[in-house]
Amino acid sequence: MKAMVYRGPYRVRVEEKARPRIEHPNDAIVRVTRAAICGSDLHLYHGMMPDTRVGHTFGHEFVGIVDEVGPSVQELTVGDKVMVPFNVFCGSCYFCTRGLYSNCHNVNPNATAVGGIYGYSHTAGGYDGGQAEYVRVPFADVGPSLVPDWLDDEDAVLMTDALATGYFGAQLGDIRELDTVVVLGAGPVGLFAAKSAWLMGAGRVIVIDHLDDRLEKARTFAHAETYNFVEHRDIVVLLKRITDHLGADVVIDAVGAEADGNLLMHVTSAKLKLQGGSPVALNWAIDGVRKGGTVSVVGAYGPLFSAVKFGDALNKGLTINMNQTPAKRQWPRLLEHVRAGHLKPNDVVTHRFPLEEIGEAYHAFSAKLDGIIKPIIVVDGAA
Amino acid sequence: MSDHQVEGVPEYTYTPDKAPPAETSEQLRARIPGWGVDLDPADRPQVPRERRDLDLPGVRWRFPERQPELQPRERSIEHGTLPPVYGTAQPLHGLSGTIRRLAYRRYSEARAAHWLLLMAADRVEARGAVLRSLATLRPDDPVTETGIVAELEHHGWRSRIGRGRADAGHHALDPLVVGGSWALGGAATFVVLRRAARARRR
Ligand SMILES: NC(=O)c1ccc[n+]([C@@H]2O[C@H](COP(=O)([O-])OP(=O)(O)OC[C@H]3O[C@@H](n4cnc5c(N)ncnc54)[C@H](O)[C@@H]3O)[C@@H](O)[C@H]2O)c1
Ligand SMILES: [Zn+2]
Ligand SMILES: [Zn+2]
Repeated sequence: MKAMVYRGPYRVRVEEKARPRIEHPNDAIVRVTRAAICGSDLHLYHGMMPDTRVGHTFGHEFVGIVDEVGPSVQELTVGDKVMVPFNVFCGSCYFCTRGLYSNCHNVNPNATAVGGIYGYSHTAGGYDGGQAEYVRVPFADVGPSLVPDWLDDEDAVLMTDALATGYFGAQLGDIRELDTVVVLGAGPVGLFAAKSAWLMGAGRVIVIDHLDDRLEKARTFAHAETYNFVEHRDIVVLLKRITDHLGADVVIDAVGAEADGNLLMHVTSAKLKLQGGSPVALNWAIDGVRKGGTVSVVGAYGPLFSAVKFGDALNKGLTINMNQTPAKRQWPRLLEHVRAGHLKPNDVVTHRFPLEEIGEAYHAFSAKLDGIIKPIIVVDGAA
Repeated sequence: MSDHQVEGVPEYTYTPDKAPPAETSEQLRARIPGWGVDLDPADRPQVPRERRDLDLPGVRWRFPERQPELQPRERSIEHGTLPPVYGTAQPLHGLSGTIRRLAYRRYSEARAAHWLLLMAADRVEARGAVLRSLATLRPDDPVTETGIVAELEHHGWRSRIGRGRADAGHHALDPLVVGGSWALGGAATFVVLRRAARARRR
């Protein structure tokens, strides 16, 4: 089969690879039709995630058709069209039984701090991902759901991570009626978080980025006030000025490890790998939120330490909520919202690439060329 | 000015009340599609964070059946046992495998050494892979693998220049990260060859 393969930092290609096999009675093999590249994949692509092996296939956002099922699988049959949450999870451990699917303890030998994620290095369990023609889906009776026939394929792909994560990020902000909510980062996750903040009753939604096309999308798609951080000498002062010098009630970090805005922080983390991630956006969140406010972190950071302004967080009495998203937990409500028209996920899709052009797709998304926001990988051109 | 207000002190921020919202809930509901459909904080999928009432009908086990361990599988020493299910992609091999094995066997996830060894192994493996690929029908090709042609097809110049982007500066460093391995490898080979040549002359 054809699969995207990692060759080293900033280098990927399509290779002919052995089709995955059933390795556990509850496995399924899914033939992928559509996949996506996530902002998280860029951390792997840039060589920031420890134990990213040559030959690894990325891709944790995908939908497809069930091609084969293991002997104990009962919920799926061959031919079913499924969306697969980005988390690999067992459904039965201490964490899964409490809804913490992203923190499953039974699927990742390599790290106890990290759950299982498709195509996200060995630090996330060593599973090949879905930017390929076929993918092994463990716990086929637990993770995947049938794609409802009224749901668009691209919307289904976005349910598996980006949309679920934006919605989850807004929930972690514990938003109350008429709160002022700041979203750092206008990528797919930030755009969905901004949109979701309104559903939870925000009074103001402010989005910060440095890419004009994305800020434009934040205004039109997410009805947000926007600021370009490059145009302001000190973004924290700006945030204070526009919130009566109190700070926002809620700040959501939808940027993560490769935050820009401070070259030293960016270079020491993204380029030299001396930090788990550049904490620029997280520190803006800590300093820009009001005392007693809530910081929601869905931007992803690596396992090494980062220079986070913890003292300010302590002195301000902040609540900091964070996690990888338990994607499937969001689905019942998200499907209602999509069906009712409150959310239109594929409005953020700007580019579509065939799997064969995976090198260009990664480069364009990494360098944010051409106003790219969310690239979809078309794996099965015929579907 | 309200009667409780003090001369020279702003009405809000340093006094008990927050400024009134720019828009009321009714105005927002009229302007923003779906405003407030999840208004009740108690009625959100993540509330409470830990819930025992979520339904996963396909789970019919207390502990999942174990996937057969066909090859010894490295694991974090913070685990009490090998978890029942795991990825089998890209098993350990060669020098990078030895470094990774050491990182897993010796150091917990709490130790910087664990992660720094894993990162070192990543670099060792990537460099080795470039060299090994030269002996195959498909050597690594930095042009197609970096997708650099996207710069032409997707307006690399126009996407960056004059747009005040904060990241354009360090994009210039990307080729160093990519080319660095080739350059370092080349330099190392040069040094070794020169030493060998000198040793022979002596
Ligand atoms: N928690 C989870 O489960 C989860 C799931 C998906 C993605 N993520 C993470 O969420 C983050 C965003 O994902 P995405 O797909 O939207 O990525 P993306 O790369 O498309 O978006 C990130 C955006 O942040 C902007 N940015 C950079 N520095 C900034 C700063 N200092 N302030 C404000 N904006 C800044 C960038 O210009 C970009 O638009 C990533 O870190 C990703 O790994 C987490
Ligand atoms: Zn993701
Ligand atoms: Zn579990």
